[in-house]
Amino acid sequence: MTWILFLEQALNGLQFGLMLFLLASGLTLVFGIMDMINLAHGALYMVGAFLAAWLAQLTQSFVMGILLAIPLTALFGMAMESTLLRTLYARDHMSQVLATFSLILIINEAVRMIWGTDMPLAAPAALSGPVELLPGLYYPAYRLVIIAVGLVIAGLLYLAVTRTRVGAWVRAGASNREMAMAMGINIQRLFTLVFGLGAALCAVAGAMLGPLLAVQVGMGETVLILAFVVIVIGGIGSIWGAFVGSLLVGFVDTFGRTLMPALFREIFPPQVASAAGPAVASILVYLLMAVVLFLRPQGLFSRR
Amino acid sequence: MKSFRLACLLAAALSVGATSALAQPASKIKIGLVSTLSGPNGAIGEEVRDAFNLALKLNGGNLGGIPVEVLIGDDQFNPQVGKQLFERMVKRDKVDFMTGVIFSNIMLAGLPEAVNEKVFYISPNAAPSPLAGKDCNPFFFVASWPNDAYHEMAGQHSTSKGYKTAYLLAPNYQAGKDSLAGFKRFYKGKVVDEVYTKLGQLDYSAELAQIRAAKPEVMYAFLPGGMGVNFIKQFVAAGLNKDIRLMLPGFGADQDISRGVGDVMLGINDTAHWALDINNAANKKFVTEFEKAYKRLPTVYAAQGYDTALILDAAIRSVKGNINDKDAMRKALREVKFDSVRGAFRFNTNHYPIQNYYLREVKKDSQGRLVNLLASAQPIAANHGDAYVQECSMR
Repeated sequence: MTWILFLEQALNGLQFGLMLFLLASGLTLVFGIMDMINLAHGALYMVGAFLAAWLAQLTQSFVMGILLAIPLTALFGMAMESTLLRTLYARDHMSQVLATFSLILIINEAVRMIWGTDMPLAAPAALSGPVELLPGLYYPAYRLVIIAVGLVIAGLLYLAVTRTRVGAWVRAGASNREMAMAMGINIQRLFTLVFGLGAALCAVAGAMLGPLLAVQVGMGETVLILAFVVIVIGGIGSIWGAFVGSLLVGFVDTFGRTLMPALFREIFPPQVASAAGPAVASILVYLLMAVVLFLRPQGLFSRR
Repeated sequence: MKSFRLACLLAAALSVGATSALAQPASKIKIGLVSTLSGPNGAIGEEVRDAFNLALKLNGGNLGGIPVEVLIGDDQFNPQVGKQLFERMVKRDKVDFMTGVIFSNIMLAGLPEAVNEKVFYISPNAAPSPLAGKDCNPFFFVASWPNDAYHEMAGQHSTSKGYKTAYLLAPNYQAGKDSLAGFKRFYKGKVVDEVYTKLGQLDYSAELAQIRAAKPEVMYAFLPGGMGVNFIKQFVAAGLNKDIRLMLPGFGADQDISRGVGDVMLGINDTAHWALDINNAANKKFVTEFEKAYKRLPTVYAAQGYDTALILDAAIRSVKGNINDKDAMRKALREVKFDSVRGAFRFNTNHYPIQNYYLREVKKDSQGRLVNLLASAQPIAANHGDAYVQECSMR
């Protein structure tokens, strides 16, 4: 493997990891602070992407589409929290899973009725080509934008959680909810706020990935599973854990897809290698999770 | 005495009626069509469904002169859902024929539900290699092309163009494996790498970095539907189209893909058994009527869906509507004669087609649309069958 290939793959891993982080950070806060399993988190990602595609069509501007989709998705998330999910906090995890799973189905069908099964969303033409970062290292401009947006948001989130009063509430809520309530934090309002923030981050991820992947019904489910893997690896309730976990999953997945088939070809005959290599590459992320669970069941950076 | 004679007559009449009911033409035909109609690959299923319906409409809603009811199901790109739809249509709705599936893995899951109940399945697309060879089935017919065929032709073309190195990419499932096996069967150059990705994968960043490092002369990608749109877009965004020649199978550079990708498709070559400008009356009628009905140009998938209906029409006509006589029906299908939009067509002994394959090229038509037309009216291979027919026990 040459160093140019290595660098390009590292950028790919970073890009994938950062987008996962946007999803996982919201998920881990909701899970950590409210002790609530929200399977419908992926649905918010889908709603964000569809809103962005729809608004981009209306305003004829990709940037306007994303900027408008973010607050709208946040509002949608907060409405969902204050009308429906709030009643589930006192229930056990099984009821939460059932209720939020049914929400996935309802939201999927609702989106299908409003916008159809998929919508076109294209990045600005100026970003459609490659950029030469170093001699010989070309990288798609749009993926660079995704990386930049991901890094900026991760930085802002870090500052918000460590440097602001609301951030202190969030951290307090995540490490000990009862004590935080006893200290006079309005947990109810905090919950709604955190949920809105999580939804907004989902919208960013959905809208940014839309032009690269596809804006379609059901896009949230596959990515939701990976987001859960991330928060299990990182430790539930920890933003820093979600960040490390996302990058780990991003890198393991990207390099696994590259290295595993090559490694298998060295060891096994081509017939076996071509079948087993890709198969093992696709379960590598779950192997990583199993190893972390075995060595540190509470996750790498747990708050509990 | 009179009453006894009357009773005898009645009984005789009834028994005659009973026996002739068996040999009587069906008054109505039910066809189950299961296809992928949602998600990023949903456009493909719609092509097959719309073209099948078009053929029916042009035929006055009849096949072989008998009114037809089509039941349509969406497999949602999920083999489990596909299997359930097959089971429901065959067992509960009692359909007479099944058709429609795009993806080999879904068809292989559903097919036993039909053929085990002696329901004929006419495939408008999926044609996996096992069913051409040792697992060939008397109730299974292919109206499209063997899974390997387009890729064999792409390999053949790459060889005759003198491309020395090739890089191959396909999803990790039966049709993906068949495709790359087909390419390699006819390609004499060096395959620098062959990569299998997850079926339905939409982000190819890791694979594209590998391709850049491998520097092949020709890149061959078997990626149907939305996978192909994403791959080609990302291939171009990574700047790979400057140094590497992209070669695709017929469905991979068709009108639907070009609409999603844009002008960078111009000049890309692919291989197929059909093209918009194949010169025969049936094809001219098909292309005109399809565009009139659906306001878009048909793809190879549509051509296959249309021919599927024509095959049924001709075969049902030749058994005079006696579709319940399965042996006669099979014989009629095996020897079917119809005006295919692709030109010459006949079934091999394994019920897979023998036909011509052409090189095509993405060009602009007079309205400025990207269309895929014949690069040469001379086929790459004429009357081409498949490599598995000898392993099939049907003769």
